[in-house]
Amino acid sequence: MSERIVELEVLRFNPETDSEPRFQRYSVPCMNEWVVLDALNHVKESIDPTLSYRWSCHMAVCGSCGMMINGEPKLACKAFLREYEGVIRVEPLAHFPIQRDLVTVIDDFVTKLKRVKPYLIPKEDQPVEAGEFWQSPAELKRYKQYTLCINCMLCYAACPEYGLVPKFIGPAAITLAHRYNEDSRDSGREERQQEIASNEGVWECSFVGACSEVCPEHVDPAGALQQVKIKSTVDWYQEHLLPGSKK
Amino acid sequence: MAKSNKPIVWGLFAAGGTVTAFLTPVLLLLTLLPAFGVMPGLLSYDNLRGFAGHWFGRLLVFGILFLMLWHAAHRLRVTLHDFGVRADGLVAVAVYLAAAAGTVATGYFLLRI
Repeated sequence: MSERIVELEVLRFNPETDSEPRFQRYSVPCMNEWVVLDALNHVKESIDPTLSYRWSCHMAVCGSCGMMINGEPKLACKAFLREYEGVIRVEPLAHFPIQRDLVTVIDDFVTKLKRVKPYLIPKEDQPVEAGEFWQSPAELKRYKQYTLCINCMLCYAACPEYGLVPKFIGPAAITLAHRYNEDSRDSGREERQQEIASNEGVWECSFVGACSEVCPEHVDPAGALQQVKIKSTVDWYQEHLLPGSKK
Repeated sequence: MAKSNKPIVWGLFAAGGTVTAFLTPVLLLLTLLPAFGVMPGLLSYDNLRGFAGHWFGRLLVFGILFLMLWHAAHRLRVTLHDFGVRADGLVAVAVYLAAAAGTVATGYFLLRI
């Protein structure tokens, strides 16, 4: 296990005392197999306890440690130091306001997530005695990939459209709406379409594809959004050209 | 929230994108071959003219050009937005008018054959 000194350049900002963000340099003795999160933890424990950042699981499951590493949205727990040379610049996720240092205000995303109703809306409530909702492997396959989203918001930091148009519902929330729309046990599609088929929903997407490139769980939000576009287009023609054919 | 009417233009964009991806290289090849003096008999002027004069050929050529034009118009609109041109309404009117004009011209010239 070899050790190396890693230079971290970390964005610092305390809205209560600072007028604007600044960068602070830390020289961190790191093991070669560490990830950026390990280096930050070392800073916090041994060099500067005032540094603030979010993390929890350290295994790319919880989605808390998303940050910009050398300008790219990454999970700090998945960004191996051995893949970087020279100074590593660490900043909070782009497109989100800074709460403090690397901690962002995520209220916008959480509000949008609630709007798209990312939960099963069954046609009718059944008593527990009625048993399980059966689902075939083929039906599961239709949406399984989209269940892997960990709400880390890297796709929002990567999406240039979200940067330009903050009211855009954005990749992860629309993908999760799609995940429930594609679930054979669900009947809530029409309610979700009211949000995601609007102008600030899927139609703000111009298929740049950056969301899918940065997604640490390979959810492929860009693919999901294109599927939503196709289905919403079919809806539109059905609603306008075939009135009475209401699904 | 009201559902968007963008599916009208996006539907044409998506269909046009598919057609363009498959057929543009073919059309380029067919146009370049005569330009370099290669003229297989099948692609002779008379044959192509006959093809474009037949009702089915006309329909095919019109459909392809129509979709390609609307695809290009929408692509241009979105690209301009990505480049920072924020006058989306104005851009939309301009590019779709161009596509509409191209569509009318296509129909006109096809019918004159």
